[in-house]
Amino acid sequence: MTTASSLAIEATGLVKAFGETRAVDGVDLTVRTGSVYGVLGPNGAGKTTVIRMLATLISPDAGTARVLGHDIVDDAHAVRRAVTLTGQLASVDQDLTGRENLILLGRLLGLGRRAAKDRADELLAAFGLSEAAGRLVKHYSGGMRRRLDVAASIVVTPELMFLDEPTTGLDPRSRNQVWSIVRALVAEGTTILLCTQYLEEADQLADGIAVIDNGRVIAEGTPAQLKASVGSAALHVRLLDPEQRPEAERVLRLTLGPVTLEPDPAALSATCPHADRGAEAVAQLARSGVRIAGFSLGQPSLDEVFLALTGHPAEAPPPEQGSSIEEKQAV
Amino acid sequence: MSTDATTQAASTTGSDEAAVRRAISSTPRPPQAGALSAALTFGWRGMLKVKHVPEQLVDVTITPVMLIVLFTYLFGGAIAGSTAEYLDYILPGILVMSVLLTTVYSGIALNTDLTTGVVDRFRSLPVWRPAPLVGSLLGDSVRYLIAGTVIIVLGVIMGYRPAAGAGGMLLALALVVVFAFALSWVFTTIGLVMRSPNAVMMTGFVAIFPLTFLSNVFVDPTTLPGPLEAFVNVNPISTLATASRGLMEGHAVAGDIAVVLAVAAGLTVVFAPLTTRLYGKG
Repeated sequence: MTTASSLAIEATGLVKAFGETRAVDGVDLTVRTGSVYGVLGPNGAGKTTVIRMLATLISPDAGTARVLGHDIVDDAHAVRRAVTLTGQLASVDQDLTGRENLILLGRLLGLGRRAAKDRADELLAAFGLSEAAGRLVKHYSGGMRRRLDVAASIVVTPELMFLDEPTTGLDPRSRNQVWSIVRALVAEGTTILLCTQYLEEADQLADGIAVIDNGRVIAEGTPAQLKASVGSAALHVRLLDPEQRPEAERVLRLTLGPVTLEPDPAALSATCPHADRGAEAVAQLARSGVRIAGFSLGQPSLDEVFLALTGHPAEAPPPEQGSSIEEKQAV
Repeated sequence: MSTDATTQAASTTGSDEAAVRRAISSTPRPPQAGALSAALTFGWRGMLKVKHVPEQLVDVTITPVMLIVLFTYLFGGAIAGSTAEYLDYILPGILVMSVLLTTVYSGIALNTDLTTGVVDRFRSLPVWRPAPLVGSLLGDSVRYLIAGTVIIVLGVIMGYRPAAGAGGMLLALALVVVFAFALSWVFTTIGLVMRSPNAVMMTGFVAIFPLTFLSNVFVDPTTLPGPLEAFVNVNPISTLATASRGLMEGHAVAGDIAVVLAVAAGLTVVFAPLTTRLYGKG
């Protein structure tokens, strides 16, 4: 295939069923080398199963995929040579120290004894874990463990990294640290397949996004395209005086478009395609004598994306989606 | 370093982005680890676990230690006429019990790896596929030797002086460890199908305790009711205990040792491939 060198992942019609549940039901993915590709979806959508197939942990029931030019079934060993896993599905050994974990992986990846130790110390320093190097991982905080997890994934720099929900359960500071590590990896040329439940995370990191639901890709595009397809952001306005809401509604309808009256009698919102149009609308409200308590420009949330694309909210997947089955398999 | 990296480095407190980028760019890909090297590395991991989590070894050795002390001094005189004579009888049996209980830990350890997700990382590595399993046998062997040595040393302190001396004790220990390797495949298989490490532990103990008590480890089976005696006599743990006694006393029967080795081979032939298959499937 002539495009093999520029494509890191080429998957066609991937299917994986667990019993009656088709966790992945015909997924196509195309990921360019050197890019960050986000797979966005709620729990149980099939994201983890897609990664597990591409990382050669399970074999697909149907469909084919090439990772860095190697077939994931026929040439699984070559795939393993070039990829690495991080996130909820790969982990570190909690009964060993951080340093021992990194030495272990260095040795398994072919480094000599001395080289593995030096590499471990270098990574521990780079990830701010030198002080905790000799402590057992089970005593690490969540953020430290995730950093060690990422460090463990780059003991030998991978050509492609699978990142499965790298920041789920992390506090904002740890989350920013993980993001900055991901950016550093990308800057050094690693291709990343990122699974996430958070639109913001995909927005921050990814060049392209596939939205996945019930094991199928339901939308694909750049973060900007995706948000535009949802009807973009909304301007939320709170008034000092609820009596002024009809006047505010009139102004917003003229300047922005459709207006939603919120349950709070002093609040209303309008769809707002661009931040400068929102600023204009707020200025117009002030000129018309409407007194404003506060306003904000909301990003569409994953919920809104989902609602717009699927007609059902992300947080309450229908029971036949079988999220529990997927989680069990992920173990 | 590019300016991009240096400006962003200030924003990260826990890790330094410039250092991260240096660390990322500094590695040429080494040649692949060989099968033996990978297995030995996993063996090193197993030994580190013995070092870091010694309480798990204590958990499984404390019961045999208590039993040998209790049985010898409490029932020894009543069962065998004197505590010294009973110690001669019970010690090889307790050695068997102690080491076999330790095999349950192999299943617990594997199940823990599964439930924490570390197996996924190992399986995604470009290493010889059975390396994690073969390597863990090495760590296990250290555990078996420790568990067996604890019992033998305790026995010697309590006055155990077998006819075949230290050589006999070592031979008996070696036979028990060989059998333990075979039995550990049963527990790794169980470890791969059970839901939690605790479930594996319960299954293991529920299987090993009755099988040890319904053997000739504690009492001479000729005193038992007929059907029970028949069961005890075909229980491989009885044969293993008899063979160990023989080795320690210097009158081992080759037939017993052959039976033990045959059962061990049988368990390995069935359960080692089963474990490898289940592990490979994920």
